[in-house]
Amino acid sequence: MTTPDEPLIEVQDLRHEIAGRCVMAAPAFTAAKGQHTLLLGPSGSGKTTLINVITGLITPTSGEVRIAGQVMSALPAAQRDQLRRRTVGVVFQTLRLIGALSVRQNLALAQRLALGENEPAAIEALIAQVGLTHRADARPRELSQGEGQRAAIARALCAKPAIVVADEPTSALDDANAVAMSDLLLATAEATGATLLIATHDNRLRARFDRTLTLAPPRVAA
Amino acid sequence: MTLAGLSLAYLKDRALNTALNILLLTLSVATLVILVLFSSQLAERFERDAQGIDLVVGAKGSPLQLILSSIYQVDVPTGNIPLATVDLLRADPTVAEVIPLALGDSFRGYRIVGTEPAYVENFGGVLAQGQMFAADYQAVIGAQVARETGAGLGQKFVGSHGLSGDGHDHEETPFEVVGILAPTGTVLDRLIVTPVGSIWAAHGFEAPPAEGSTDDHDGHDHDGDGQQDHAAHDHEPDDHAPVETEHAAHAGGGDLEVTALLIKYRSSMAAVRLPNFINKQTELQAAAPAVEMTRLLSLLGVGIDAVRAFAILLMATSGLSIFVALYSALRQREGDMAMLRVMGARPGAIFGHIILEGVLLAAAGALLGVAVGHAVVAASAASFPQLRDMGLTAARFEPAELMIVMAAIGMGALAALIPALKVFRVDIAKTLADTR
Repeated sequence: MTTPDEPLIEVQDLRHEIAGRCVMAAPAFTAAKGQHTLLLGPSGSGKTTLINVITGLITPTSGEVRIAGQVMSALPAAQRDQLRRRTVGVVFQTLRLIGALSVRQNLALAQRLALGENEPAAIEALIAQVGLTHRADARPRELSQGEGQRAAIARALCAKPAIVVADEPTSALDDANAVAMSDLLLATAEATGATLLIATHDNRLRARFDRTLTLAPPRVAA
Repeated sequence: MTLAGLSLAYLKDRALNTALNILLLTLSVATLVILVLFSSQLAERFERDAQGIDLVVGAKGSPLQLILSSIYQVDVPTGNIPLATVDLLRADPTVAEVIPLALGDSFRGYRIVGTEPAYVENFGGVLAQGQMFAADYQAVIGAQVARETGAGLGQKFVGSHGLSGDGHDHEETPFEVVGILAPTGTVLDRLIVTPVGSIWAAHGFEAPPAEGSTDDHDGHDHDGDGQQDHAAHDHEPDDHAPVETEHAAHAGGGDLEVTALLIKYRSSMAAVRLPNFINKQTELQAAAPAVEMTRLLSLLGVGIDAVRAFAILLMATSGLSIFVALYSALRQREGDMAMLRVMGARPGAIFGHIILEGVLLAAAGALLGVAVGHAVVAASAASFPQLRDMGLTAARFEPAELMIVMAAIGMGALAALIPALKVFRVDIAKTLADTR
């Protein structure tokens, strides 16, 4: 567990290779509790790989990531799943809501998996917070792109994670929706006190974050 | 919302596919259940109706026909045999009991059997009302006869000639109900029993002067297939046992006959000697119920086995169908599986959720199959009196049905196994990247 001053995310000398080719080389950085960070980088810079390493979905070739004080890659798979379940909420560009479930059921399932129980009142409050009360029983295929994005954000937050990471959450949206989406992420993270890390190549978001990190494409060795 | 709830949600989400898989399994399970109910109840009924009877003696002809007509009361008799045969066999030291049967008449389709009280006792028949017959034209009716005809004690009825109920009525010789039997679950429930003398008298014969005494029957012309001439009656030849037949003009009891004799052995020696002895007589044949029914069941068994094989094939097909449905559904849901892992679901939990989906499908099909199987049996028993008379009922569950349900559910789990095992090999990051 972390102490109040300890960062929730610590990235050190992180590098990942696939078939001998470096696909991600991240600068060292930390993110404290409640801090909102924009991770900017062009396509191919390894943003998604970095998110996958931070969430423990892949093990980096070198370097380490500490989440809430624990080195993700050093944990056995079961403990890594548990840490992710309890600590990290993820928002993907493609939403990845479960198509067979309604918005409310998607949130309930995520909450059940993370907390082992359902808190219906918290789910309803979150649905209201993202403005989907009237669409709570709709299936993902019945939602607009904007409604789907809001449902995905609500799902990421429904287990009250200490960290929310989002991978290209606005890349498919027009300007107005991109701003609305980032504002919603910021507002909900602010409301829950979550640490927010958004990886994007979308420069439109730069102005809305007080802290921006840049991820450069990894250099190919000569 | 739990992973079990997610299994249900996925099934509901592809409702048509789910319904078709359930339907396929329902058909196979229902077929197997019908076979189980039919064959087990048939075999049990055969065994119950033949209880205590070691041998049946009747006129020459088909031994199976003799057994069916004399024990199960479902076929026409092979003919008649001289009454003297009763005394002949009663005198045999290896024979414990001889029960004569005289057939040929019926009332509203229920056979009137001329016999002795020992016949009722053989089936454990107990009087629910009234008393056992003691004189000619007194009748004791089975529980089903009483229920279906509404007959009560003291009521009189007229028997019809022949076994199908559409012959002429013996209006001059009405029977009186003196006893009603409690249900036995045997053939006795649908019979009307009366002294043998009633049958003789109804057909213009007089009983012998003393019980057990018989007359010489030499000179009677029984043809080979057991059918006889009918000088006094104009009947369909296969419609009745010819108790009276050509002897209608011989009132006085000199040519009395019975239709068949039910024999109980005193010793096992009888089984070795008696059938051969009887079959050497020109007019008689002996048939062992156990042998004939084993032969019949083995003949029926070929058909039953064929239908059973078809049903098992159908079940295997439905298992394959469930496998294909789950496999293709899970290919489409690989992204969902990866997302569940991202949200923290353990691989074992997702594995269980997929297996549960197969099990839910199979359980629905299996339970519906059992319900449909019983409904079909109930409808068959209601529609076909022969099946109802045989005692076929849908209100009974066989242990084999539980086995069928378990097999179907096991098959559902097995069909889900291969798709479910994939969850342990899934590369979450790659799947998320590949399934956008």
